[in-house]
Amino acid sequence: MKPETMTTQERIGFELRELYLSCGYRPYKVGKFEEYDLYMRNKKFLASEQVLTFSDTNGKLKALKPDVTLSIVKNAKDDGRTQKLCYSETVYRVPRNAYGFREIVQTGLECIGRVDDYAAGEVLMLAARSLEKISPRYVLDVSDVGVLSGVLAEEPIGDGECAKLLSLVGEKNLHGLADACAEMGVSALTQERLAKLVTACGPLQETLERVESLDLPQTSREALAGLKRMSDMLGVYGVGNVNLDFSVVNDMDYYNGLVFRGFVEGIPAGILAGGRYDNLLLRMGKHGEAIGFAVYLDQLERLSGAKTAHEAEALVLYDDTTDPLEIVRATETLRARGLSFRVQREEEPCPNCREIVRLTKEANV
Amino acid sequence: MKRIINVALPKGRLGEKAYALFARAGYDCPELLEENRKLTFENEAAGVRYFWVKPSDVAIYVERGAADIGVAGKDILSEYAPDVYELLDLKMGKCRMCVAGPKDFSDAHTGILRVATKFPAIARRYYAAQSREIDVIRLNGSIELAPILGLSDVIVDIVETGKTLAENGLGVLEEIEPVSARLIANKAHYKFKGEEIEALRKKLEQAVNA
Repeated sequence: MKPETMTTQERIGFELRELYLSCGYRPYKVGKFEEYDLYMRNKKFLASEQVLTFSDTNGKLKALKPDVTLSIVKNAKDDGRTQKLCYSETVYRVPRNAYGFREIVQTGLECIGRVDDYAAGEVLMLAARSLEKISPRYVLDVSDVGVLSGVLAEEPIGDGECAKLLSLVGEKNLHGLADACAEMGVSALTQERLAKLVTACGPLQETLERVESLDLPQTSREALAGLKRMSDMLGVYGVGNVNLDFSVVNDMDYYNGLVFRGFVEGIPAGILAGGRYDNLLLRMGKHGEAIGFAVYLDQLERLSGAKTAHEAEALVLYDDTTDPLEIVRATETLRARGLSFRVQREEEPCPNCREIVRLTKEANV
Repeated sequence: MKRIINVALPKGRLGEKAYALFARAGYDCPELLEENRKLTFENEAAGVRYFWVKPSDVAIYVERGAADIGVAGKDILSEYAPDVYELLDLKMGKCRMCVAGPKDFSDAHTGILRVATKFPAIARRYYAAQSREIDVIRLNGSIELAPILGLSDVIVDIVETGKTLAENGLGVLEEIEPVSARLIANKAHYKFKGEEIEALRKKLEQAVNA
């Protein structure tokens, strides 16, 4: 298929697949349906808790899959070998603040098994290059949940309070953080550390240098050291537009370490999300480590020009007086010239085509 | 190149106060207050374009990227939980989200509590945290009438002075959270207009604290 005949979604999907295959990620296909129980047990991992369900012929409750990662992890072999997989799948879920289920096309990759610095850096590079394929005007926000969890671990607060503080960090809500810290009796030092991390946001390398000078607990420093190694790798890859932003927070029940989110100018929501999810593997009784990301291709509709209707290059018009063989000869000539064409009766509304071939009575006069 | 920031302001008194704050911070646009039929108002030199929208719609305009930033009440943000950055407390439009009801009301926990409100998500969350089963009665206005006519046991609503409640024999029973106007920003647009939005936020913060 010629690139110009593809929709933006198809073209980008094709290019991303090529990108992932070029780095040795093996295509992986999961079924459309999954047992509902999988989602019941991992509700918080899902972007939306609502799931489309139905009873299978054997009476088992099934669901149209709202997520791909859970299915891949469920089926991943627990044999100590590292699997690098990529996929392009349709999922069914209710987007945030929307009023119904939608079919969402997403493509992405997962690296499951042993995730060392190289593997994590490779995934991060592929996330940045995925965004670059969509638009040169992109930003990949990167964080490590270990930095924040290291700071929060110093406080005697429960999981619910931790989640509340992380949610405020995710909103860059400094006034809310101050109020919540006061209410929870969180120390002034922790409050100050959180505020400094929220405001530290910018190009990865230089922002890391600024953050490294902050007074932070040892576990946070170790997480920062990991980010520094990622930054060095991305530098060698020559990948730009990567920012450090601690407001990228994911559920710590599932995610640990590196988390990231990608944005493209012109699309008002994140188009890529990913991170390290060793905790999900643990919860599913598997050993090892995992990292991956998804690109939400349905969002590409928001890019300017993405909705332009494809028109044929030439238009062939005929009427009752035209010999069908004459039409065939005309279209074969167009085909030989490499042009796409549309054949229609003259009285029908004409689309905008570069060239018009009239085979009507009027044209023959 | 300086890029224009699109600002959604809530129609009404709060929006006018918010605009006055923006103007004091150097982002004025005089034609905004003129009597005319224009829908958008721009001051290219200051780098802002304003538009008025229904207060409850501000968060939607911002979350979906039609506006880069906006001014929304904390009540709306708590109710709809839009995926936006909440950058500043503008400390105006202050009131409280409360449970109110007959002054002598005491929840005996003997049955399902009937709660009338414009804020069903806030009410559900508040009572779920107390493991209290409630029947949410979604109303669009005149909430205070509900307990008076026996439609509900209590209401969950914003209370500014408490005068309307008092005049109808009602009172605040519990306070859920303080409410004020907040500056919110679209997360994706913040990535590409971050410098302009941060500069505006800092100037607004100075104006708030002046």
